[in-house]
This record gives sequence, structure tokens and C-alpha cells, in this order.
Amino acid sequence: MEQPIIQIKGLGKEFQTTEGKVRALGDINLDIQSGEVFGIIGLSGAGKSTLVRCINFLEVPTEGEVLFEGESLGSMNPARLRRTRQSMGMIFQQFNLLAQRSVVRNICFPLELTGTPKSEAKKRAMELLKTVGLEDKAGAYPAQLSGGQKQRVAIARALATNPKVILCDEATSALDPNTTKSILGLLKEINKTMGVTVIVITHEMAVIEAICDRVAIIDKSQIAEVGKVSEIFSEPKSKIGRQLILGDAARQVKFGGSRQIRIIFDGRESTEPVISNMVLACKTPVNIMYAQTRDVGGTAMGQMIVQLPGDEAEADRALRYLETSKIPYEEVTEHDI
Amino acid sequence: MTFDAATIQMLKTGIWETFYMVFLSSLLAYVIGLPLGIVLVCTDTDGIHPMPAVQKILGTVINLLRSVPFLILLFIVLPLSKMVIGTRIGSPAMVIPLTIAAGPYVARVVESSLREIDGGVVEAAKSMGASDWQIIWKVLLPECRPSLLVGGALAVTTILSYSAMAGFVGGGGVGAIAINYGYYRYEAGLMWVSVVLLVVMVQIIQEIGMRMSRKGDKRIR
Ligand SMILES: Nc1ncnc2c1ncn2[C@@H]1O[C@H](COP(=O)(O)OP(=O)(O)OP(=O)(O)O)[C@@H](O)[C@H]1O
Ligand SMILES: [Mg+2]
Repeated sequence: MEQPIIQIKGLGKEFQTTEGKVRALGDINLDIQSGEVFGIIGLSGAGKSTLVRCINFLEVPTEGEVLFEGESLGSMNPARLRRTRQSMGMIFQQFNLLAQRSVVRNICFPLELTGTPKSEAKKRAMELLKTVGLEDKAGAYPAQLSGGQKQRVAIARALATNPKVILCDEATSALDPNTTKSILGLLKEINKTMGVTVIVITHEMAVIEAICDRVAIIDKSQIAEVGKVSEIFSEPKSKIGRQLILGDAARQVKFGGSRQIRIIFDGRESTEPVISNMVLACKTPVNIMYAQTRDVGGTAMGQMIVQLPGDEAEADRALRYLETSKIPYEEVTEHDI
Repeated sequence: MTFDAATIQMLKTGIWETFYMVFLSSLLAYVIGLPLGIVLVCTDTDGIHPMPAVQKILGTVINLLRSVPFLILLFIVLPLSKMVIGTRIGSPAMVIPLTIAAGPYVARVVESSLREIDGGVVEAAKSMGASDWQIIWKVLLPECRPSLLVGGALAVTTILSYSAMAGFVGGGGVGAIAINYGYYRYEAGLMWVSVVLLVVMVQIIQEIGMRMSRKGDKRIR
């Protein structure tokens, strides 16, 4: 495999506050491959923003290191670090546009920093405005734009210096669902057409589902699990992963009596009527407690919680049927989440 | 109430002297205060270049200078005027104490304007690889322009009111006329005319500052 574009090794971050030390991150190890869309998800306060800010050294880690194209950011002199940052665009939840500059001058800003001639910068800015679909807003000021338009300008600005990576910290969290969709679509398109590596920080599963290839789940300053979105979605292993992905389903399992199982659809079985076949084959009724499927990267993923018949023999028959049909399932207990 | 030609000439000279004193002192006060204000903001713990010791010392010196009453500062500083420009009376001599009094004040006014900036914008500039200088010149100052202009009007009007006090120690200007005629000679008419002139000047400065601020502010739709 080629060298990852970003390598995070044993990274930790402690904040010194008046009330003592706050550990925001600990022992983070991640490799981000060039050209992928990588998601980082976690609950509020998990350390996501701190992590993404460590990637471009806006926050200097207290332990470990961050390598960009094999070179450690910590060992760079300030000028080299600034140049490296120009290879990593960043977009924010609050857009952070310069309010006193017009749209086109906002996009020219990072080019001004590198000393690009004005006319050249303007030309590039106009191209980018076209990419993000805002040619007609070149002369407008941020105050005259909607949230979605502001984020498009921010994306164009982040792309101005031809970065290899774009870091997005909750880039869609301030936007409505439709606008979110279009911004995510734009990011995906940029990833595909320009080959820019995209790192997305979010607390919303939907964002990960929509565009990410791989995802890291971060919980209480640590990475809980990392993997392909399709794999983690169909079978989250960590407790936090189950909570985030199974959500309601994880909590449905309170009432009881007889045994309950969770059947996992990993994209293969969803085309066949699993439950109906099982009922017909085993001649026993099952009780569907919860079902959820979704489209992940083009295949149907999902899970269903089924209550087995009270009779042990019948229940075993149903389980054997699932085993022989190679349909993944797991038994769920009352306290399971 | 009518004035003879000599009185009118005196008032004209007074207006010119006030203008000259205030303009020159404001200019010099900004030459000193603007960089100090920038340093105060940038060296703070959450600034772009934290240097807590520098911040603390500078803040203390500014507070010290600001706590000396202007009239007392005048007496302390006028010998310096004598050394620098050869005289301790008249409008030029007043420029030095005015600048010393207004510089620290301007630093604080500038500081409070620059603190209004949204930290996220500075963060964004950093993420694009901006150096500290670039952040100051291309982000802090332009983004805070409207607030800096309002602060400017505030600073200039304060300098104007200081300049009026200079009349007590042999300074010139409209304030001196008000003091010399109203306070020492009980000529209420001339005193009131001077006061009205000062009020009008304050109004004009304030209005210019506000208009410039509003006109350049792109946050307004
Ligand atoms: N500058 C700081 N000083 C002290 N503590 C901090 C600082 N920045 C972050 N923290 C702490 O680090 C932890 C992680 O914060 P972080 O902002 O990374 O969380 P997050 O996952 O981005 O949360 P959210 O989803 O709410 O944005 C929190 O406990 C927070 O209080
Ligand atoms: Mg955050």
C-alpha cells in the first residue's frame, strides 16, 4: 500500500486549565489514505475538534506526532508549517469568512497569503466560484449570503491553494437537511474529480453514511473503532459504535419473555425475503420487534430484532435455519446496547 | 451679542489652534497607541502570539499612565516640552502632554475594537498558513475597521476635551479662550461661544467617525 497522506501516531493532547489538566485526546493512531473520504464521529466533547485541529497543528499535540506525506509537523519550522497548512484546506461549522471582503476577495485571500499576483488569483477565484456554483455572487458580501452559500464560498476558499487534503469540522452542522445534502454532494464531487482527500468530523451518522469510505469512532478521547463504513455500519463492535449506529434499535430490547436475536443484513441477504423464508421453513412464527434498513454506499444495510418463539425447540430450529443460510445474527440480552 | 473684529480673529485663531493641537496629538497618539493596542491583543494568552509577561507589563504601564489626572500630567510633562520644542506654553507645547495622555488611551480603545473579532476568522486564516503579520494586516485591522473608526471618533473627542484643559497652563485653542475669558475675566458671553464651538467640534468629529464606520461596513446588507 502506498504511504498514507496523513499518519497520526500515538497522539495525545492535554489542556492546561485553571482547574487542572484536561485530557482531550489519548493514544490516537490513524492512517489516512490519499484520496479517501475519512469520517471521524463521536459524541459532543469526545475530542473530535481537538483531533482535527491537531492534524494541521492549530493545536499542538502534547504527545505523539502527526505526519503529512511522511514528514512530521512537529519537526517543521514555522515557515515550513505554514506552507504545509496551505496543502490542507479547512472548513468550519461557522464558515469563518471575512465579513469585510467580498466573496471573490475571500477566495483570493489564501492566494494573497502566498503572494500570488492579483489577476491570477482573481482568475482562480472565478474558476472556483464556478466549481461551487456561485459565479453570480462574486461581488456579494458574506452578510448577503445564506448559510449554504457561505459554506460553498468557504469550500472554494479552502480549495484555492490546490490543497491535497480538506479538513471539515462539523461543516454541515449549521445547515438544514437539504443544504447539508448539497454541501456533502459537493465535497464528494471534489473528492472524486480533484482527488482531494477529505476528512469529515461530525456527530451525525447520516453525514458518514452519505460520503465516507472509512470511519473512526471516537469516544472519551480515544478511538473506539476504525474501519470501512459498510463494515462498521453492519456490525459495530464497540459499545459507542452500537449506540451511534443502532441508536433506537439498541434500546428496543427491554421487554422480553423469550429470546431475541438481532439479524444483520450486510447487503447480500436484503434481496431475499429472509424472515418469510425462515418462517416457512421452520413453520414457526417470530415476532418482529424492530427493523431498519438503509442505503449505505449503494447496498442495503440494516438489522432487525426478532423475538423467537417461547418453545426452545422451535427457537433452536429458527437459529439453525439462520446458521445454515449463513445469515449473521446475534443474541441480544436485556441489558445489551 | 456682537463681537468686534479682534474678538472674531481671536476665535478664528483659537479654532485653528485647537484643530492643530487635536489633529497632531491624535495622529501621534495613534502612532503610539495603535501598535500598542495590537500588541496587547496579540500577546494575550488567547492571542495569535501569546507572551503573557509582555502583555502584563504593558497593561500595567498603560494603566499607570491612564490613572494620572491629565491636569497633573500636564505639569509633570511640560518641562519635557520645554526640552524638546523649547517652550512650555502655546499650542505646540501642548502636543507632547496630549500625546502622552492619549497614547495609552488609544491603545485601550484599539484593544477593545480588535477584541471584537470572531476568533474563528483568525483560526481560519491560520489554517490557510497566514503568518502573524498577515493576520494583523489582512485580518485583524480590516475586519475591525468599522469599530476602529468609531473608536477613533471617541479618542479624538477625548483629546479635544483634554486640549481644552490645556488652557489652564498656557496652552492655546478654543478651550483656553473659554477659560481665560469665562473663568478669569467673567466674560460669560465669550465663554459660552467657546463652549458652543467645542460642542460643535465634538459633534462634527463624532458624526464623521460614525459615517465612515457605517459606510465601510460590509456586514450591513
Ligand atoms: N482550549 C481548551 N482548553 C481546555 N479544554 C479544552 C479546550 N478545547 C477543548 N477542550 C476540552 O477537550 C474536550 C474535547 O473537546 P472537543 O472540542 O475536541 O470536542 P468535540 O468532540 O469537538 O465536541 P463537539 O461535538 O461538541 O464539538 C472537551 O472536554 C473540552 O472541554
Ligand atoms: Mg467540535
